Amino acid sequence: MAQQAHDASISDWAGGKSPFAIGSKKLGMWLFILSDTLTFTALLVAYTYVRVANEGWPRPFDTSSIALASVMTFCLLSSSLTMVLAVAAAHRGDRSTAAKWIWATIAGGLAFIVLHGYEWMQLIEHGVTPFNNPWGVPLFGATFFTLTGLHMTHVTAGVIYLGIVAWGFKGGRFDSEDVEVSGLYWHFVDLVWMFIFPLVYLLSNVI
Amino acid sequence: MSDEHSHNRLYLTVWVVLLVVTVVEVVLAYVNLSVMLMLSTLVILSFFKAGLIVAYFMHLRFERFSLFVTLIPMLLICVILMFGFPLPDAPRVLELKP
Repeated sequence: MAQQAHDASISDWAGGKSPFAIGSKKLGMWLFILSDTLTFTALLVAYTYVRVANEGWPRPFDTSSIALASVMTFCLLSSSLTMVLAVAAAHRGDRSTAAKWIWATIAGGLAFIVLHGYEWMQLIEHGVTPFNNPWGVPLFGATFFTLTGLHMTHVTAGVIYLGIVAWGFKGGRFDSEDVEVSGLYWHFVDLVWMFIFPLVYLLSNVI
Repeated sequence: MSDEHSHNRLYLTVWVVLLVVTVVEVVLAYVNLSVMLMLSTLVILSFFKAGLIVAYFMHLRFERFSLFVTLIPMLLICVILMFGFPLPDAPRVLELKP
């Protein structure tokens, strides 16, 4: 019996089986998330590095923009909750409920895009652009807009992706694994913001 | 069905904890702390939040251990290397400037 169990654990990795016991789409998304994590880590490290290495680093985030960023965090966290509920409904086979939860997730993502876009417009009105700002530290605009811009790109792509999944899952073209994989992507977008928010916004209150 | 309900309650609990930690972070930003203490507290809290999201929302806790071992330790080592080596060098740049 013990011998048998031993053989079984070896043959899991011997080929022809799925050693992680997940579908290839899900494994693919996990690997994409892995590489994307490293991209965002590099950008966060770059932002923090040039912030420490430059005197007079701009701190344009006052109380109102920190309040706005907190509301944006709330939107993303809540959209993660609705996405989890969508995946649960999808696994139950409840297609219309799952689609409704995904649309709620999309609403959270759209709210984030609108609020962040408003924040960008405010900054641009005050002369903060990717290559210039009133404080004469052009690296601020370059790193800030690259970091938050790449994150915004991910949110926008995620909203489109989720829209396609909601539409296709309700129509029966996608199965529950597709919903789960899109959920993985969405939670990752949420997770990245959990680092941008404290390191870019909250910390600018202190240094 | 009861399993379904307990799972939904778990998700709600995780969401509430994430919101509470976020509020703690925002409050911390307005408390007078030294920069290093503030930075390390915020980073630790962020990693805690990320861990909750990965474990429960992304279901990694309910996957096989082999998937966790394949994905997470290597990633953490890379992230620690990226933060650990360049960042201590940043203050030196200030001293280099004439």
